[in-house]
Amino acid sequence: MSWPAETIARANDIIARYPERRSAVMPLLYMAMREEGRLTDEGMRLVAGLTGLTPAQVQSVASFYVMYKTESQGKYLVSVCSSISCFLLGADEVLHAVEEAAGLPAGEADDEIGIEHAECIGACGGAPACLVNYELVEGVTAAKAKEMIEWLRNAKPEVINADELQTLFGGRRSFDWAIKEDNGAIGPYPAFPPFGTAAHNTPALEPGRLATRNSRPATPEVGAS
Amino acid sequence: MNQTRVLFKRMTDHPADSHTIDRYLETGGYEQARVALGRTRDELVELVKTSGLIGRGGAGFSAGMKWSFLAPARPAYLVVNGDESEPGTFKDRQLLERDPHQMVEGMIIAAVANEVHEAFVYIRGEYPKPARRVQQAVADAYERGFLGRDVMGTGYHLDITVHLGAGAYICGEETALLNSLEGRRGEPRLKPPFFPAAKGLYMLPTIVNNVETISNLPHIVERGIEWYRGLGHDVDTGTFLFSVSGHVKKPGNYELPHGITWRQLIYDVAGGIRDDNELKAWVPGGASAPWFVPSEHLDLEITKSVTDSSGSMLGSGAVIVMDETTDMVAAAERLVRFFAEESCGQCTPCREGTTWLDMILRRMLDGGGRAVDLDLLYDVSDNISVGVGWPPKQTTICPLGPSAVSAVKSLLEYFRPEAEAHIVRANRVPVTIKGFGQ
Repeated sequence: MSWPAETIARANDIIARYPERRSAVMPLLYMAMREEGRLTDEGMRLVAGLTGLTPAQVQSVASFYVMYKTESQGKYLVSVCSSISCFLLGADEVLHAVEEAAGLPAGEADDEIGIEHAECIGACGGAPACLVNYELVEGVTAAKAKEMIEWLRNAKPEVINADELQTLFGGRRSFDWAIKEDNGAIGPYPAFPPFGTAAHNTPALEPGRLATRNSRPATPEVGAS
Repeated sequence: MNQTRVLFKRMTDHPADSHTIDRYLETGGYEQARVALGRTRDELVELVKTSGLIGRGGAGFSAGMKWSFLAPARPAYLVVNGDESEPGTFKDRQLLERDPHQMVEGMIIAAVANEVHEAFVYIRGEYPKPARRVQQAVADAYERGFLGRDVMGTGYHLDITVHLGAGAYICGEETALLNSLEGRRGEPRLKPPFFPAAKGLYMLPTIVNNVETISNLPHIVERGIEWYRGLGHDVDTGTFLFSVSGHVKKPGNYELPHGITWRQLIYDVAGGIRDDNELKAWVPGGASAPWFVPSEHLDLEITKSVTDSSGSMLGSGAVIVMDETTDMVAAAERLVRFFAEESCGQCTPCREGTTWLDMILRRMLDGGGRAVDLDLLYDVSDNISVGVGWPPKQTTICPLGPSAVSAVKSLLEYFRPEAEAHIVRANRVPVTIKGFGQ
């Protein structure tokens, strides 16, 4: 397997933004998920090749962070916050409703939908809250969450847009969002234009603007001496 | 109780387009970056030091002091910490989404003050929308010549790159954040020797400041020290963003001066308790902070020094309010579970201790509590945070483990009878063991 030329070009633009290639490993892991829907061994090998790391080093990074998924999450990953502020306002009932509507326990996925509990997603003023492909919906109830799962199954939206989710299934928000956005998520990874992982992929990172490169010794490994 | 809007002013006055460069410029934007470009490092460091600006990330350290510690080696880096993940905290999300240029301009000021030419904004992976807004703001700033090879025609060179995290609370700890930005596991580094100001990103001098801290800078440069200090209360200068959540009628982010009381914050600003229930307890400064209770703390002034000396902290300004219906063992379990899930696993007291604290609390909730469990909770806590005191004496590289102890310590200190009742109830439940002879 290899990536399309456009993806490789994008990856090289991202690598050029950092003083050391290795720093691009996290963005590139998202791009690998975009290519295959999840993180595969082959995807991680490609990231290793581009960043100058070994596949084992890339895997050690990927396995540290919960948003890098080596198992398929279907098309829509629903993450229900269950930390303290959401818990106080009924997050467990929302999670149970989501599990029941999807017919899946948290931590599992079918071809369409994945369910998980999430730790605090920074929507405490609009608790309880959840994410669909990391796009936020605040002030949900068990009943609305169930409707949301049915909507995902039936309407099969190509793009998950937070404003649409909030209008259809949300309630109280942490603050006035004020500005509508037409961008959104196209898979179970964060929609960020420079990575090519969003519905609309501009603006890109400014490529090739950096000076002051190549004049510095490589970073010693922490704890290596 | 009126809010004092400084950081929230533009988004309040111009809700529909406060995030755009046109609105930002129309409201005086980027003028302070131009002013800063004409000043020296010493002048700017002194300005921020004298303003009394305290870092808003949770640790509560003077931003100007942090800058003054920057080692002389170059290149140096600026990293803005937008990994907001402390349960109860959602203020940075509002700043990033609604006024990203305020932060970008603050970054130019911080960069000039610290002779930095490469800066990064680390935004948590679960914040794609705030990240998109910041990315657009950075792209627009490049377009207008406020970033890049020749910032505002002064010849100053500054690049800003937006970096996304991938779901790890620990990356909010500054040395873990730097490891993450280097493309490593987000494990905190030992301090000393790895103080970011000396050995930070790529082992070079690095300034790490929180989004709110950086967003204050244009206002301090514009209106000066006297004004900024006058907004605050004694040594707690400027305004403070409170994220209020839980069982209040009006949760939200509120920009207020220090020095009001908890009673004013909870009952006046946040509208009081839902259904007019009784207030039972609140977390004053994010999930890591020991709880406050109405019988002891409701009329305390909200300042760093009063909160610190009363056994807790203001931290990131997250206030989580719990009413009389709250099961405090369940609340403690939910707080501890967070830290158990987010422990990076480097240090045994934290990795094992937080997990055991969670398992013990969970069995109490599930009806399997034992008479020894409260002593055991204390004992495990003591292994993570010696003496279970405040501020914690940590046995770990970073404060994550001791943060989990805060909830347990608070439960045992203020709600011991309630915790004991869980165990008594548990022991009345008849137990049948399945699997043998059945």
